[in-house]
Amino acid sequence: MKATLTEKIMARAANRDSVKPGENIWINVDILLTHDVCGPGTIGVFERELGENAQVWDRNKVVIIPDHYIFTADEKAHRNINILRDFVKRQNLPYYYDPGTRDYQGVCHVALPQLGHVRPGEVIFGTDSHTCTHGALGAFATGIGNTDAGFVLGTGKLLVKVPETLRFNLTGSLPQGVTAKDIILRIIGDIGVDGANYCAMEFLGEAVTSLSIEERMTICNMAIEAGGKNGIMNPDEKALEYVRKRTDKPFEPLFADADAPVAAEYNYDVSEFEPCVAAPHLPSNYKPASQCQDIKIDRAYIGSCTGGKIEDFIMAAQILKGRKVKVPTFLVPATVEVAEGLLTEKVGGKALVEVFAAAECEDIAPPSCAACLGGPIDTFGRTSGNEVVISTTNRNFIGRMGSKDSQIYLASPFTAAASAVNGYISDPRAFFAANI
Amino acid sequence: MSSISEPIRGRVYVLEDNIDTDLIIPAEYLNLVPTIPEEYHKLGSYAMAGLPVSFPPFTDKETGKTPYAIMIAGRNFGCGSSREHAPICLGAAGVKAVVAQSYARIFFRNAIATGEVYPLESTERLCDIFKTGDEAEIAADLSTIKDSGGTVHQLKPVGAVAPVIEAGGIFGYARKTGMIGN
Ligand code: SF4
Repeated sequence: MKATLTEKIMARAANRDSVKPGENIWINVDILLTHDVCGPGTIGVFERELGENAQVWDRNKVVIIPDHYIFTADEKAHRNINILRDFVKRQNLPYYYDPGTRDYQGVCHVALPQLGHVRPGEVIFGTDSHTCTHGALGAFATGIGNTDAGFVLGTGKLLVKVPETLRFNLTGSLPQGVTAKDIILRIIGDIGVDGANYCAMEFLGEAVTSLSIEERMTICNMAIEAGGKNGIMNPDEKALEYVRKRTDKPFEPLFADADAPVAAEYNYDVSEFEPCVAAPHLPSNYKPASQCQDIKIDRAYIGSCTGGKIEDFIMAAQILKGRKVKVPTFLVPATVEVAEGLLTEKVGGKALVEVFAAAECEDIAPPSCAACLGGPIDTFGRTSGNEVVISTTNRNFIGRMGSKDSQIYLASPFTAAASAVNGYISDPRAFFAANI
Repeated sequence: MSSISEPIRGRVYVLEDNIDTDLIIPAEYLNLVPTIPEEYHKLGSYAMAGLPVSFPPFTDKETGKTPYAIMIAGRNFGCGSSREHAPICLGAAGVKAVVAQSYARIFFRNAIATGEVYPLESTERLCDIFKTGDEAEIAADLSTIKDSGGTVHQLKPVGAVAPVIEAGGIFGYARKTGMIGN
């Protein structure tokens, strides 16, 4: 029987030959991811329900990556990290990335694949809605709450509904200056913030395979912004190589049947796409960047699991090279690996850090979620008034970056950097035409 | 058919579409851990703290509780984050049920898994019919909601999640079905 990739992974995880959308099934979990915001509550549920001496189901399958509230004086944030440390010690967990030590990584969704914890064909649950990022490597990955995570921690299983699949066939090649971020913002603009509610979003086609792994992650990362349960892509040779470089663990990839029955199918030729923004206060408020040139911005923000990967900074640097920003521009590498890349990767013969310094961006922050979700009052880049922000992050809800009065425009790194240079929302293609 | 011991009666708080988790519980309060009892109550006092100031206050400053037992909303309630703090802060504030046209998947799931609030689905756009402060009553079988004028509005059947609701959440359900021991 023909099946989507999500159905195939779920069937195997349920020890069945096949599954049907709408069925509620118990599946076995390969990786449980948690962080400092939801980890303590997950541990609390686990111990309340299963006892203080309960053991986690498999210590090699639990990954804890603190990333949200790291560089803050907030006492509870520190207390929460201590709860994680204490649990890791008692349970003797090997995959814990402790802040303040050499093990610290940064944003969990960028670190998880970098550390080799994402493998094609596997089932990943995380206490964070952007866990859907990991579908870019052909895993079934989705966000869950503390109670479900506490259950997984104890049993290694979870009762889930098999989602219907929406298939997105992406053909054509992206024009210069147009990125994965523009693809996903366009799709969310078309189908709406609940357009994929309860559904798997499967992305197939040559426009997907021609993207880098990081760009694929940008697309799957925002599946949740359309309400999707997961985003997923076939693991091609590029994906398999990415994974093999990062782990010795064996894995068995599965692949979607391109003609499997699905709930709906969407066909896009991405060569018609253009740089865009999502205007406040929903990720579905799609607007071509070229039509927003009347919007002045107060700051630019490049960071997060969506837009803080090394390729995002390379894109920003291609625009910022030899130019100066007109508004404060905040740069937050997602992980330590990305931060190191800022020193070693070059654009126009100069390291990214030099490009950004010469462009007069703010000093680069240490890797973490930072102002992507507002956070404690002393968070780097947090808004405090009615700032208009252009940001490479994934959510522009009221108050998302701190202040309820600020306005967030979501955009690609090209568009964010071009806007930072001009001081108003700008179409980055003009910069390419000017021969950057 | 799922049912609870008695009808849910109380005043309603009415919101429209796409009420996201940053409005329900802003990130600055996510340093609170819901399984720590004092922090559970604190989370309740911050329920809906992300709403713009032009909205009527949701919780009472003194008690940290809400005078509204029922939340009524439009489409896609609870979109955004997987933070379980969202259904928990509503439950901790004293909300018993949310009645929306539709839910974002993770909020719905977290509401059921925790047993904190009943996420019920309306068949009509009730946020255009009810006004904040109106009295309402949800039948014990969770099939209808009655407005203060006595009109009865149908709710959608809770469906496949009924056994999980009845068991009080995912752990209760797993114990009942023998998935995990008592
Ligand atoms: S970077 Fe932003 S969206 Fe990503 S995990 Fe952190 S807070 Fe969430």
